[in-house]
Amino acid sequence: MDLFVIQILNSLYYASTLFLIACGLTLIYGVMRIVNLAHGSLYALGAYVTAGVVLALDTIHPAVVFLLLPAGAFAAAAGGALLEPSILRPLYQRAEEYQLLATFGLLLILEDVMRFLWGALPLSPSTPADLLGSSTILASTYPNYNFLVIAVGFVAAAGTWAFVYRTRFGVLVRATSQDMRMASALGVDVKRVYVQAFTLGCFLAGLGGAITVPISGAAMGMGVDALILAFVVVVIGGLGSLEGAFVGAIIVGVIRTLGINFFPEVELAILYLIAAVILLVRPVGLFGRP
Amino acid sequence: MSVMGPSANPVFTARRFGWVILLAIVLVVLPWVLPPYQTILLSYGLIFAIAALGFNLLLGYTGLLSFGHSAYFGVGAYTVAFLVKYLHTSSMELFLIGGIVASAAISVLFGVICVRYTRIFFAILTLALSQVLWSLALKFYWVSGGTDGLRVPTPSLLGGLVGATKDKVAFLSHTYYFVILVAFAACVGVMWVIVNSPFGKALQAIRDNETRAAFVGIQVRRFRGLAFLISGLFTGLAGTLWAPLNGLVTPDIVYWPFSGRIVFLTVLGGFRTFTGPIIGALVFNYLETYAIAATTYWQFVLGAILVVLVMAMPAGIVGTVGRLGLRLRRAT
Repeated sequence: MDLFVIQILNSLYYASTLFLIACGLTLIYGVMRIVNLAHGSLYALGAYVTAGVVLALDTIHPAVVFLLLPAGAFAAAAGGALLEPSILRPLYQRAEEYQLLATFGLLLILEDVMRFLWGALPLSPSTPADLLGSSTILASTYPNYNFLVIAVGFVAAAGTWAFVYRTRFGVLVRATSQDMRMASALGVDVKRVYVQAFTLGCFLAGLGGAITVPISGAAMGMGVDALILAFVVVVIGGLGSLEGAFVGAIIVGVIRTLGINFFPEVELAILYLIAAVILLVRPVGLFGRP
Repeated sequence: MSVMGPSANPVFTARRFGWVILLAIVLVVLPWVLPPYQTILLSYGLIFAIAALGFNLLLGYTGLLSFGHSAYFGVGAYTVAFLVKYLHTSSMELFLIGGIVASAAISVLFGVICVRYTRIFFAILTLALSQVLWSLALKFYWVSGGTDGLRVPTPSLLGGLVGATKDKVAFLSHTYYFVILVAFAACVGVMWVIVNSPFGKALQAIRDNETRAAFVGIQVRRFRGLAFLISGLFTGLAGTLWAPLNGLVTPDIVYWPFSGRIVFLTVLGGFRTFTGPIIGALVFNYLETYAIAATTYWQFVLGAILVVLVMAMPAGIVGTVGRLGLRLRRAT
């Protein structure tokens, strides 16, 4: 029984992280129809910035580290706000292969920028997680910090949903996503919506990296690995769908947890196979609009 | 005239023939002129050229962007490694047969699934399927060696007549270089015939306008499937040739950034021309080797080149040089 509870918590923990990454990916695709291969690198950037800041300042006061956690999210958002107008904007009218390639180039650049700034060795700023200690659930102990990550994931999901469906900005985003030309003709500043949506997407990815770095650390290649899992989430849920990213993240989170326990060899293969099968049966994903 | 992709000119003029002969002579003489290291480096370039040539049949001629060509390269290479590990053979002929059969099988399987879609869905589907193979290569370490990979010894040719009697470097820089060169020449020839055949023309028609192609009676999905199979075969053959040259097969070559690299070098050369992928592969090979030697941050250099390329030189090296040449000729 307690094992079951722990597994559910682990699934939710995975799902929270994955949702934060996939949500930005799907938002960016939904609005500007670009598959951003560098998205995982922004997640890694968030992790590295928070790790660097926490490791540098965690001796000041224990409470300070919690205030420092979001630093990575803001750094990734700033990165996004710079990259969209400079690299992506000239490419919207071009063929998809160029967009994929440009973001692939961006991925290579970001990987090395992070290697340059923080070195090739992994960083593990575990202070925030240590400070919170762990609690006992039935007979097992579970780190309290993981509850924080799960909470952040759900708050981010609710916040993004409210943002997109309950604010004026959300109306503009959805209008642009449905028909960019019509929105533009009706006076929407499409360029601004693009840069805002892209920044928001990068913020969420950075938040994903920042919030999980006290548990899993920051290491080279984490962005490349994360991107491909976020891809699976987005493909299952439907490219461009927020609800899809949420459900997809939970599905992938549960399968990963089951996989690690029961079929570790084929855990990843099963995820990719599910993504492939969904693409075959329903290419728009579970929640995508045809 | 098509603006979307290569419009192969089937006219094989005497002048072109002369250039090809000259190039062939240079390539044959090179191992005696160049130091062994340079010959081996060139061998890598030629192998990637074969992979890119196959890849471009899909991207340049059929209009399908595969982001999963690491799968076929990986199947070709791992087949060699498995033949060594389980059948204890080092016969190059067996390697080639095994690699071709295995990559054909996997290309048919993946092709049947993937050609139902185009554009971004095709790209993601090919990516997802290639990552299935990658995760298997990574996780079944007792079969595949995991991240440590599998060793591949120097192969023997013609049933042991030409074998690993000499030292490895001499073998790779002479005997094996010619194996690769012959394969490369054959691939270029076969691909040239394919893209200029009625089948190749049909692919270009599908690329330019799928609906019209279907209306004139081209079986779009079947032709795409065939192109996918040929493309996978070429890339698989490249992987088969690569394994003994590299001596070690690791899951990196099946991971998705490797697919990105095949796309990169094809676009670098110019996917709208026949020679583009070949030039791109050779240039990329030198570029990467010297960037790695020059700086720890070679990925940054390659990434920056890629971004600039996409922004400023989308036609690639061959396309841009061709356009410049045309302008010069008009000016004079």
